[in-house]
Amino acid sequence: MTKTIRIDGNTVPFEEGQTIIEAATAAGIYIPHLCHHPEFTPHGSCKLCTVNVNGRNCSACTFPAMEGQEVLNNSQELQADRQKITQMLFVEGNHFCPSCEKTGNCQLQAVAYHLNMLDSHFPHFYAHRELDASHAEVLIDHNRCIFCTLCVRASQEHDGKEVFAIAGRGINKHLIVNAESGLLKDTDLEATDKAAHICPTGAILIKHTGYQVPIGERIYDHQHIDQVSLAAEQNK
Amino acid sequence: MTTKIRIATTSLAGCFGCHMSLLDLDERLVPLADLVEFDRSPITDIEHCTNCDIGLIEGGVCNSENVHVLREFRKNCKILVAVGACAITGGLPAMRNFIPLEECLAEAYIHGIGVENAQIPNDPELPLLLDKVRPLHEVVKIDYFLPGCPPSAEVFWTFLNDLIAGREPSLPYESVHYD
Ligand code: SF4
Ligand code: SF4
Ligand code: FES
Repeated sequence: MTKTIRIDGNTVPFEEGQTIIEAATAAGIYIPHLCHHPEFTPHGSCKLCTVNVNGRNCSACTFPAMEGQEVLNNSQELQADRQKITQMLFVEGNHFCPSCEKTGNCQLQAVAYHLNMLDSHFPHFYAHRELDASHAEVLIDHNRCIFCTLCVRASQEHDGKEVFAIAGRGINKHLIVNAESGLLKDTDLEATDKAAHICPTGAILIKHTGYQVPIGERIYDHQHIDQVSLAAEQNK
Repeated sequence: MTTKIRIATTSLAGCFGCHMSLLDLDERLVPLADLVEFDRSPITDIEHCTNCDIGLIEGGVCNSENVHVLREFRKNCKILVAVGACAITGGLPAMRNFIPLEECLAEAYIHGIGVENAQIPNDPELPLLLDKVRPLHEVVKIDYFLPGCPPSAEVFWTFLNDLIAGREPSLPYESVHYD
């Protein structure tokens, strides 16, 4: 007999070893997420995938599905929590969307739209963050990094390199690259690496490709991130 | 005659783009004018706002005068609305927040290309700059936010019609954008 959990009252089958988000995705249920990617080891850092399991909140991208779980996903309260988390991500970095090449194609922005985030609520940090334009083909704008570690994982697990890492803790947390100079140009990153394309925000960009898609035809101009994300991740 | 809804508008540290977008209502401004009258606004040249129902504010807060104007609006408007990216996040003017104020002034008035008779303006009439550009909600309570750089005329139309009809304003997915 197939094992099942219930998500918002719907019965969802799962296979042994699947996380809640994997079972949900397979069943066509979207759970908001940013640091989760079906191809890589879960990291559980952004907390956007917070769901309520048998009365307790936990991260759907790291929590294993287990027989008999009652999961709340699309509740008003959880959506409000997720909106607050997203607002914190915005004020912690510097997100000037009107001047960002990723705008319209950005997962952070799209999640914010999906959660109907109209303001940033919290005071802005305006943290001073650097730009690394040293590499011929790839740019890092640290202002937009949300420390999801997807670039770190993609470099290790897919590209077989160690280009990125997260250093420091708490407010001093930052993305570093594997070069004594601290510059991207001195790493072995190539523009064809998965790590150069995985960033959910505009923190890692491929140079000379910005603004090629006109407004109105960008990924999230007409489509919610739930549709886009399910379509991409169910095929994985 | 029913009393008209009184609206005040202003641009603080903004570019007037949001006001231009409001004017993009084009012929819809005519039916709007049947329902509302403009108090203090660049459209009317009235200098101070009194007893308004709705205050629309474009731009963040970058100098001491902005703070005074914002407080005047809060005091005199029942509903205060942050309009556009700059009002909501500080926006592009806040990109100066990462450069010391002195360096900004020196770049603009002393070392800038083509500057003649270089000096930093210091007339006592000029409002003092704040060390950082701030979004409105960090200074006063804001009731509604209209994102966009600028928000489209459609956003103004939907929002004002909802509000005037006494409905809780809600914007469709396609008209919410941060750029
Ligand atoms: S990374 Fe995304 S949210 Fe941040 S500025 Fe760019 S488009 Fe906006
Ligand atoms: S650069 Fe992008 S992918 Fe890497 S940690 Fe930052 S947000 Fe995540
Ligand atoms: S997606 Fe689960 S914590 Fe980020």
